[in-house]
Amino acid sequence: MSWVTTFFTSSIGRKLIMSLTGLFLITFLIVHLIGNLQLLYNDGGQAFNVYAKFMTSNPFIKFTSYGLYAGILLHAIQGIILWRKNATSRPQRYAVASKSTSSFTSRNMGWLGMIVLIFILIHMYQFWLKMKLGDVGMATYDGKQVKDLYKLVAATYQNPLFVIFYVLSMAAIGMHLWHGFGSAFQTLGLNHKKYTPFINTLGKVYSVLIPLGFAIIPIYMFFVLNR
Amino acid sequence: MSDMNLKLKVWKQNGPNDKGRFENYKVVANEHMSFLEMLDVLNEQLISEKSDPVSFEHDCREGICGACSMVINGRPHGPNKGTTTCQLHMRFFKDGDTITIEPFRANSFPVIKDLVVDRSAFDRIIQAGGYISVNTGQAQDANAIPIEKDVALDAFSAAACIGCGACVAACPNASAMLFTSAKVAHLGHLPQGKVEHDKRVQKMVAQMDEEGFGMCSNTYACEAECPKEISVKNIASLNRNFIGKVFKTE
Repeated sequence: MSWVTTFFTSSIGRKLIMSLTGLFLITFLIVHLIGNLQLLYNDGGQAFNVYAKFMTSNPFIKFTSYGLYAGILLHAIQGIILWRKNATSRPQRYAVASKSTSSFTSRNMGWLGMIVLIFILIHMYQFWLKMKLGDVGMATYDGKQVKDLYKLVAATYQNPLFVIFYVLSMAAIGMHLWHGFGSAFQTLGLNHKKYTPFINTLGKVYSVLIPLGFAIIPIYMFFVLNR
Repeated sequence: MSDMNLKLKVWKQNGPNDKGRFENYKVVANEHMSFLEMLDVLNEQLISEKSDPVSFEHDCREGICGACSMVINGRPHGPNKGTTTCQLHMRFFKDGDTITIEPFRANSFPVIKDLVVDRSAFDRIIQAGGYISVNTGQAQDANAIPIEKDVALDAFSAAACIGCGACVAACPNASAMLFTSAKVAHLGHLPQGKVEHDKRVQKMVAQMDEEGFGMCSNTYACEAECPKEISVKNIASLNRNFIGKVFKTE
């Protein structure tokens, strides 16, 4: 085996992939949230639709988006491999399980990740795929025609079941990040009393604020548009 | 000295291929006994009844050898922080308690009998590189090589690892990262150990993976349960060394 395969199939090499793709996806969430917050503008969706047009046509962003899809896939596949392997490391479970020495989120990263993956698939089917296939109407701003993604989003969030689904999924992402953020740095080998408390606090704040920001959108759109 | 009436639920298993089951016992102990002494009392009772005694491992009984193991009410080495089973006293339990005792459970630690598990996977990790290749001779003068205080402290706190396997037992993934990282750290911090450091990191991690231990997911249950309170900082340092050594070794 070459050193590349030896390294990336070792336990620490696999964890490194999880850490780097995880951190990449964490940074993506900020960009995604900032863009999505335009849904809250009271302009009938113009700002959001113009932004969506930009995001789907700018060559640099298109290029980055392929990196993002690869990142999600790599993180998910590697995560499932780790999850499977770790499950076989203790074939016989304890009759009495201790839950006091580790956090709920850290013990359940596999399950939480699976919920997030299912969410991403449904989310991409609902918006990304329909947008790609041109399954949306058009809106005209200043004589230019753009796809009316806003209308699709607004219609989706008329349904209370989808609002609940999105909010619960954000809770799962928040819990996944609650452990994942700090854990990514530990895997990179960055643990020092100078900065680790800061990273951990930042991770907790991040894992609450970002999912909360996303969750506000369907709730706001449901209550404002359904008034 | 007050007597304690205890109910024990103890894992009995005749060998690695036996399915195993819990047996219930009653024992009268007193609060000054250590946990192992309480089991000694149980075994004397079982032997006098001509029943099969409970097998468990022990050696020094003063918290430094790493032989005693067992998971007590779901916690490796019992409920107290920084304490081995042999140093756990019955005064931390109450009269009438039911105590569940299980072996350390991990694929890489097969049960030999009852509470005794085969921890030779750890020995093989050490054999893979957990040593310093020097000709032994007369011991050098202690101050011949100056070591900075902080470095010496880090090396000493990693060297406190007694290799008991509680980290593996506590980890939801049965990962041996805390053990391996402590052994790498205690040698790697000091000048004599630095010479073979990069190769040691590579070889010990490779052996650890081969033994079938799970992968670390940073739950830190190991640090919480370690009787010697080895820090997970060592795991970060092992990760850093392992990732960094890719660029240094062949």
